[in-house]
Order: sequence, then structure tokens, then C-alpha cells
Amino acid sequence: MSARLEAAFGKNRAALVTFVTAGDPSAEATLEVLDALVAGGADVIELGMPFTDPMADGPSIQAGSLRALKAGMTLKGTLEIARRFRAKHDGVPLILMGYLNPVLSYGLSFAEDAVAAGVDGCIIVDLPPEEDQELGPSFRDAGLHFIRLATPTTDAARLPAVLSGASGFLYYVSVAGVTGTRAAEAPDIGEAVAAIKRESNLPVAVGFGIRTPQQAADVARVADGVVVGSAIVDLVGQHGHGAPETVRAYVQSLASAIEAAA
Amino acid sequence: MTGKSLRAGPDTRGHFGAFGGRYVAETLMPLILELEREYRRAQADPAFKAEFEDLLRHYVGRPSPLYYAERMTEAVRQVAAQTGADGDTGAKIYLKRDELNHTGAHKINNCIGQILLARRMGKTRIIAETGAGQHGVATATVCARFGLPCTIYMGARDMERQQPNVFRMRLLGAEVRGVTAGRATLKDAMNEALRDWVASVSDTYYLIGTSAGPHPYPELVRDFQSVIGTEAKAQLQEAEGRLPDLLVAAIGGGSNAIGLFHPFLDDESVRIIGVEAAGKGLDGADHAASLSGGRPGVLHGNKTYLLQDEDGQITEGHSISAGLDYPGIGPEHSWLHEIGRVEYRSATDQDALDAFQFLCRTEGIIPALEPSHALAVVRKEAAAMSRDDIIIANLCGRGDKDIFTVAEALGVEL
Repeated sequence: MSARLEAAFGKNRAALVTFVTAGDPSAEATLEVLDALVAGGADVIELGMPFTDPMADGPSIQAGSLRALKAGMTLKGTLEIARRFRAKHDGVPLILMGYLNPVLSYGLSFAEDAVAAGVDGCIIVDLPPEEDQELGPSFRDAGLHFIRLATPTTDAARLPAVLSGASGFLYYVSVAGVTGTRAAEAPDIGEAVAAIKRESNLPVAVGFGIRTPQQAADVARVADGVVVGSAIVDLVGQHGHGAPETVRAYVQSLASAIEAAA
Repeated sequence: MTGKSLRAGPDTRGHFGAFGGRYVAETLMPLILELEREYRRAQADPAFKAEFEDLLRHYVGRPSPLYYAERMTEAVRQVAAQTGADGDTGAKIYLKRDELNHTGAHKINNCIGQILLARRMGKTRIIAETGAGQHGVATATVCARFGLPCTIYMGARDMERQQPNVFRMRLLGAEVRGVTAGRATLKDAMNEALRDWVASVSDTYYLIGTSAGPHPYPELVRDFQSVIGTEAKAQLQEAEGRLPDLLVAAIGGGSNAIGLFHPFLDDESVRIIGVEAAGKGLDGADHAASLSGGRPGVLHGNKTYLLQDEDGQITEGHSISAGLDYPGIGPEHSWLHEIGRVEYRSATDQDALDAFQFLCRTEGIIPALEPSHALAVVRKEAAAMSRDDIIIANLCGRGDKDIFTVAEALGVEL
């Protein structure tokens, strides 16, 4: 694991993983929101690569993607945001998250360029282990973590396939559904995380549907990381260029709750 | 045929050459794998085949006729003679009459097959996407027939354009959900159906309408639609005692085309042409020709040719025919294009409108705008071929649904 991820998941509490869409509503605004995430206490940043057809995302992240695309964001532009973020925040791990087609369209130099921009890992929602050959080898050659998703439908027989080639951390999608709609119950999450940890040494971060500090604290007690995305994207959507302060305060409320749960 | 059969695909991982595959979110992967296992069991089960064939015969009305379009053939020959050809050209044109099926298009063949699969899998709810509404109507129809609740996702813009089909679906008991996400057309309806599915995996079956999507959908939709080509081959054998020289079919996602083509892929003497929608012309952005105007990428679970910009963002197709208005194409077509077995051409909105009227007047058949694209190419090809040659065109849908669109295009107020 990269030193940055190791440090982020090596604290005596769960890591707070926060998501924001690149270029929503502009590159400059995203950089300010990223600063706010760090100031609020985020341990890991996920930067969404916008796509026209985000079929695993709920209304919040769909809207964020469309706002970013409408403002002209591209994958090249997303990597530029990453580079500028990294220049400012040396220690905070940065993960790109998105869909396969823009990455395929960018070409095989994607992994190298991402690493050069200071990106630690990448989540490709529509690239299951069965199609690993599309990007997996180039990620591993470049030293870019391939962060895989496990879900409530990933049974014990399938879990080893998901874990093979996975690195950095594992993202457990706590509900069968799209992002940002509903949350799972903490005891169910705890069981699922424990089952994964019997098969893998990777830290397990849990996401989908976590919005309140209370939910974050509940998940923090049973997982290595808590992922919050749609709620932040909603704040960016509501407050536009004035979002950073609201986002910082919100993230701080999550971070405090997680801290208190440790 | 000496080499390897072209009908053997996909491989065990669902790939046709470099295309196809299973590019879906992890939540759906176990479901897709379960569907494949169940489809393999169904293929090996004579009772499944028997029930499918019985329903096609008694409910859908198959076999559909293979009809010799004599006056269309004559009309093409006259035009060929007048335009200076040597007088001996004008191939015989046969039409595969899938527009006579129950619900008025080929879509029902696939819906019958998939509803039987859904029932085998114990699923109690059906979802589907629809563009023009033809697949939605066919899905609502089989759901009524089998007593299963169904939800149809349809772009809000398409709902406005296709009010009669929305009403048909509701009459049949379906819930039609308007999709306002994205640009509110077919691809957005498909995204929304996938979002529903990911949240309802335990009880819901996703009945995809074309030969695209993650493996095994392209394969099973093709297999269910191959009844078209299998019948046509036997019917022409009976009528003419031989194979056709040319097959022509229109392509949106490509299910009617692959259904006609697939049984003939190993017959080397048979030329095959697929016709994409060139909309207002391939030189602009207003077309839906994924092969002629797109490049390979990944969308909706499969790798195939897509309309996309330089950043890999999906662009919107345009065609006068809402059924061809999709930015992708089934992966098997992408493969057949790359190996050169099938020629892919295109026809513009205007070409299709002309061919639409031509068939109305020469044969007394009002075709849908989708196969009118194929007919446009048939007219050109037939005129240049020998009178001994035989063409089969797939008349995959009837035009009742399109009369408002055609009237508008012709400047007629209804």
C-alpha cells in the first residue's frame, strides 16, 4: 500500500473518505472544495471523473456529473485538478472514481499520467474482475492502486475473485442500489466487513447512503473507513461557488463523530 | 465452410472478438452470471424450446410469411431500365413479414423467450427500457400474458413523442416511468432501468430489448430473434429452391438484423448488408450510425462501437426513427463489421421517408420507419443486381406508430 493510504488507514479510528465530482461546477471551485474537505478532516479524497451515463449513481452524483460536463470538464482536466491538489496537499491520499469509457478513450497512458499527477488509486465502477485485463495490468505496472468494490450480492464464492488484483483498500458498497439513496444497518455492515476481513488484509471502507454524523459514527465502529459522497455533492449543488465553507463544516461534523466513536 | 464457423460466438467470457463482455457494477455481476447459468439450462431443456415455439406459433402468429414483393420488384426494374442500365437488372425482392407479428414488430420474439427465462429463475417483477415504445409494448404484452407486474422506463421526451405507445403499455397494465435524467431518451431510460435493477436484484428480471448489454444478453436476444432467419431460409428454399444472394436489415441496437443474419453467416455466397440510420447525414452530428460515425468504447455493459466525443462522453443519436436512435450497437455487429462478413451502410431520414412511401404505394404495406432504412438500400442494390438474384429484406415492424412522424415530415397536418 502507498505510504499515504497506509497512514490514512493506520489511525486509531476509522478513516473518513469523502467524494466530490471534478469540475462541479468548475475546476477552481473543485480545488476550493478539496481544500475544505482536507480542512474539515477528510483522511482520503475521492475525486469523481464525470461521465454522461453514470448508471450506478443516484440523482445527486448524476446531477454533479452533468454540471461538471456542462462546464467543460474532461478527464485531462480532472488529472490537472489532481496535480494541483497534490502540489498543495502532500499527505492526503487521492483516489479517482468513475466509469470505464472516458478512461479507455484517454488511452493506456492513463495510469502513468494519474500516478504522475499524484493520484494513489482508482475505482472503476463498471469494471468487474471478469474484465480486469482492460486496465488492471496497466494500473499494476504504473503502481496505481486498483480499488475494487464488494457488495451485498458478492457471496463467499465470488469474494476471492473480487480480491484478486485489488489493492489499496476495499470499498464495500453497503446496499444493493445506487449511490446516495438509502443506508444499510450497522450490524449488517459489521457482519459483511468481518467476512471480507477473514479473506483479506486490506482495509475496508464502507459507503453508499451515509449522510449524518450519527450514521458515520455507527459505520466507523465496524469498518476501517466511512465513505460520504452524495451528501457533499448535494451541498456543492446547492451552494455552488459558496460551497467550501458549508462543506468544511459538514465534513468536520462527520470527522468529530468518527473521532468520538473510536 | 472450411474455416471456423462464424456462428460459434461469443466465447465463454461473452466476447465476440474484441467486443461484448460484462462491464457492469459488482452488484449486478452475480445476477448476470446466474442468468447465464439459467440460460444454459434452458438451452438444454426440450420443454423450454417446446414452450417457446408453441407461444411463437399460437400467440405471436409465427411463422411470419416470406412474401415476394412483385410490384416493388417491377417498379425497381422499371427505374433501373430508365436510368440506363442494360435492361436486365432488378433482383427479386422478398420481404420477411415480421411486421405481421402480434404487437406489430419483431420485438415480441425476444420478449417471449426472456419472460420464459424470468419465470424459470423465479423472478416476480419485470423491468425494461424503451425508446419508441415498441419494446415497452412487447414487454407489457408478455407481462400481461404471464401475470407479472412490470415497470417500463422511457425517456420523458420519448413519452411526449410516442403518446399512443405509452397509452398501450398502460392499457396492458404496465407502469410507465418517465426518465428525466440526462437527455431523457433511450440511453437514459436504459441507465434508469439498470439503476432500478441494482436496487431490486433479488426479485426483478431486466428484459433488455436489443442484442446489446452485458453477456449473456446479446447472445440470448440473438438466439430468440434467430427464428427470423431460420424461417426465412426454409421458406426461400421452398419458394426458390436456393439461398438468397443478399440479406438487408436495419440496425439500431441490431436485434432484428442479427436475427435475420445469424443463420446465414456461414453461407459464404450470401452477401449481407446492415443499414444504420444516417439521420440528417453522416457529415454532421445528427445521425445514429455507431459503426460509420463512432468508435469502440464501453456502455451499458458491453464493449462495442459508440457515438462519443473525444473525451469518451456519450453523444446522442438522431434519427427520424426513434427505434434506431441509440448511440451504440450490439457487440456482435461490431465484430461482424471488423471481420468484414457484414457490410454496414447507412440511409438518411429522407432516404427512409422515400422508401416508406414507395412500399406503401407499390405493395399496400405501411412499413415502420426502421425497416424503411433497409428498404432504401434494397432499392439501390436491387437495381444493380441481376434479375436472377434474390434479396431478402427484413420488414421488422409496421408503420402505424409512425404515421404522425411521417405526416409531420411530409408537411401534412393530421
